[in-house]
Amino acid sequence: MSTTKKATLTAVAVGLGLVALSACGSGSDSGGGSGKGSKDVTLVSHSSFNVSKDVLKEFEKSSGYKVRILKDGDAGQAVNKAILTKGNPQGDVFFGVDNTLLSRALDNGLFQPYEAKDADQVLPEYRLAKGERRVTPVDSGDICVNYDKKYFADKKLAPPQTFADLVKPAYKDLLVTENASTSSPGLGFVLGTAAKYGDDGWQGYWKKLKDNGVKVVDGWDQAYNQEFSGSAGGRKAKGDRPLVVSYASSPPVEVLYAKPRPKAAPTGVATGTCFRQVEYAGLLSNAKNAKGGKALLDFLSGKRFQDDMPLQMFVNPVRKGAQVPELFRKYGVEVDEPGTMDPKKIADNREPWVKSWTSLVLK
Amino acid sequence: MDLARTEVAKAPARKGRRPSRGSAARLGLTALPVAFFAVFFAYPVVAIVTRGLKVDGAWQFGRITDVLGQSDIQHVLWFTTWQALASTALTLLFALPGAYVFARFDFRGKQVLRAVVTVPFVLPTVVVGTAFLALIGRGGLLDELWGVRLDTTVWAILLAHVFFNYAVVVRTVGGLWAQLDPRQEEAARMLGASRTRAWRTVTLPALAPAVAAAALMVFLFTFTSFGVVQILGGPTYATLEVEIYRQTANLLDLPTAAVLTLVQFAAVGGVLAVHAWTVRRRESTLRLVDAATTARRPRGAGQWGLLGFVLLTVAVLIVLPLGVLVQRSLDGPEGYGFAYYRQLTSTDGGAFLVPPVDAIGNSLQYAAVATVIALVVGGLAAAALTRRAGRLVRGFDALLMLPLGVSAVTVGFGFLIALDEPPLDLRASWFLVPLAQALVGVPFVVRTMLPVLRAVDERLREAAAVLGASPLRAWREVDLPLVRRALLIAAGFAFAVSLGEFGATVFIARPDNPTLPVAVATLFGRPGDLNYGQAMALSTILMLVCAVSLLLLERLRTDRTTGEF
Repeated sequence: MSTTKKATLTAVAVGLGLVALSACGSGSDSGGGSGKGSKDVTLVSHSSFNVSKDVLKEFEKSSGYKVRILKDGDAGQAVNKAILTKGNPQGDVFFGVDNTLLSRALDNGLFQPYEAKDADQVLPEYRLAKGERRVTPVDSGDICVNYDKKYFADKKLAPPQTFADLVKPAYKDLLVTENASTSSPGLGFVLGTAAKYGDDGWQGYWKKLKDNGVKVVDGWDQAYNQEFSGSAGGRKAKGDRPLVVSYASSPPVEVLYAKPRPKAAPTGVATGTCFRQVEYAGLLSNAKNAKGGKALLDFLSGKRFQDDMPLQMFVNPVRKGAQVPELFRKYGVEVDEPGTMDPKKIADNREPWVKSWTSLVLK
Repeated sequence: MDLARTEVAKAPARKGRRPSRGSAARLGLTALPVAFFAVFFAYPVVAIVTRGLKVDGAWQFGRITDVLGQSDIQHVLWFTTWQALASTALTLLFALPGAYVFARFDFRGKQVLRAVVTVPFVLPTVVVGTAFLALIGRGGLLDELWGVRLDTTVWAILLAHVFFNYAVVVRTVGGLWAQLDPRQEEAARMLGASRTRAWRTVTLPALAPAVAAAALMVFLFTFTSFGVVQILGGPTYATLEVEIYRQTANLLDLPTAAVLTLVQFAAVGGVLAVHAWTVRRRESTLRLVDAATTARRPRGAGQWGLLGFVLLTVAVLIVLPLGVLVQRSLDGPEGYGFAYYRQLTSTDGGAFLVPPVDAIGNSLQYAAVATVIALVVGGLAAAALTRRAGRLVRGFDALLMLPLGVSAVTVGFGFLIALDEPPLDLRASWFLVPLAQALVGVPFVVRTMLPVLRAVDERLREAAAVLGASPLRAWREVDLPLVRRALLIAAGFAFAVSLGEFGATVFIARPDNPTLPVAVATLFGRPGDLNYGQAMALSTILMLVCAVSLLLLERLRTDRTTGEF
């Protein structure tokens, strides 16, 4: 008997095994998108999306829809992936495009118009220009420099509070930030400096920051969990940078995940370095279950979800009267005047700015 | 990884076979693998490249020169090439003594050690990068002892590449070395040649093609390096693969990504062509003997010293980073213990909708299905390649290796945009993950099966037939015992590689069904002590699963015809 036949037989045997295995697999987890039944609705988001189980169950019960959630990488990647697949989208609603990338999503026709039921309940500072109905604001957070309280106490040095402080010799070689071309807090920080120092001044500021020894790493994870001396992960990895670009909500998170829970957060926020990030959700073009998607958008801007969200995603609600949890009040900070920028201006400048930032700081 | 020996164990010439029957059979055998690669590899890759280079139905080939003219891109190309060359040289430097020791010396724990050096090769890069950072980064061992930190230098990348590819050289070169008859060298010395001269004129020429093949494979893996460079290189260092990822995932600059994909494709094609050429050059017959008879206990200070050097290299370069990983997984908030492991069974962390421990079950299921697919496709391809090789077949051989060198990011994105319409609407299906994992498994299956299939002596079957055995009986008695072991080994390797696959899986795995590497990466991406510890614990589990499957393979690996796994 030839090798051929032997191999064919082997293949047949193995093939049968494959069919059996596939059967097992599909038994526990059948495929199929949200288009299969109009009772399924799918939310596409980034990896930070979270919602309490009981809150989601409540929505499923009252609306009759079954919600599937697809989380995909970081915010930028999730947006880009949604744009790549917009002809046949992976779901019905996309949540998690922020003000720094909003224009890319809108220009590429990612969303179709729908105004959420409670659109008028959104706090005025988060509303978009009149007539923009393709996205709904869902949450906001502030990208700020965080500091390691212990480091500055040990050194008897006051922690920095503003952009101007960061370039002072006292804080030389202390700050770590993220690559603006690969990380959304990194980009937010650069935009914050541009908001503060203007279109022509921010590059000069970054030259000073570079001379003062700013370190740039690729992502938030590495900056915060490896390089920063104030976070649990960073302490363990023996991080030696006591200043990091992170979020205003990071200190309460450090408290929440610490066991035993400390009396005060181990980290603080330099409130003069903040840039406001707003995240939006929208109904995807070509959504298979547009009706369900609309109900889901109503849910995202509704009171129940807005109350639940802060402790799930560590961001602030955008709805009037939504509750800010005690953990935030006790361990977090209020950022009074965060930097902001018009999405249109971000759209026009993002790519050239990131390019010149890259050659200025990284090369 | 048996990349050197594909043609070594060449079967005796098969005479008198009618060519027509052979080619018809081959056509039948190749149909499935060709179809598989066309649909699940070529089509998605072409789709994503086309998307980047075709605007309003017109090809934009001008983009190619535009992109290649940018100084940033030239910098990336230059860095990609030289770091791959340096990594390859460094890997050979450290691993060739290892290959010799594994081939020629007998010592306690050799099997375990061989499995240990192979573990890095199947570990996900996100795990390895972090383990390595803990060793040579700030506060790492080197930092504590001598205040040396390498995490911001290119040395971190190079050392991690040695860590990853040590096994490629040890197994490819060592496997052949173990089967070279030492008496040939002894004969040369008897005839008056000095020790070095005997080695240079007898052993070196026999080994050279295997060394070249191993070097080319290491070059291929380091040229396309992704996770290591991303984690250890920081924002200043980027290989082509990392740049493709940045251009696609972060900047949505598809034209640039498409051009870079083509460049990488061309480079990988070139490397594979040279590889195929070295393989052909090895077709000259070597006198091979059973590996078990060539190894003996080390004698004299020199040999013990060499063994000591190799053990030290393995301890520092491979065991230490893995040890740091285990240590951190046990270093809980209340002292050493299994706190992080216990935490894996709860959903409190909120990173997933399911407890992280579920990822283990998912990974095992996906990897099992991927292994079956890889065995069917790879087995059929290997059977087809067993036939006398014409130019076309050799091209097919090289083609099967392509998935190892083509950007996983490209494949992942390609799957997303290409496999989304009936009759191939697989995008929402769980089946997509094992399909992508099988793509990287197939080359390993082919490389394991091919030497074995080629070595089955036709005369054995003929003898069985003469003695009155039916074809089925002859197959059962002659072929099956030989092939079964290779099949198991191929399966084990495909399984381990599928378990560790990250680049493509991360784009298509569903969040309610994360695989182990995806779960590790997700946990790393979240703040807090518990998430960090859980990531370490999951990494350790993944490492143990890989190590156990490799140890099982070592037990199977006693027959000299079974290739190098």
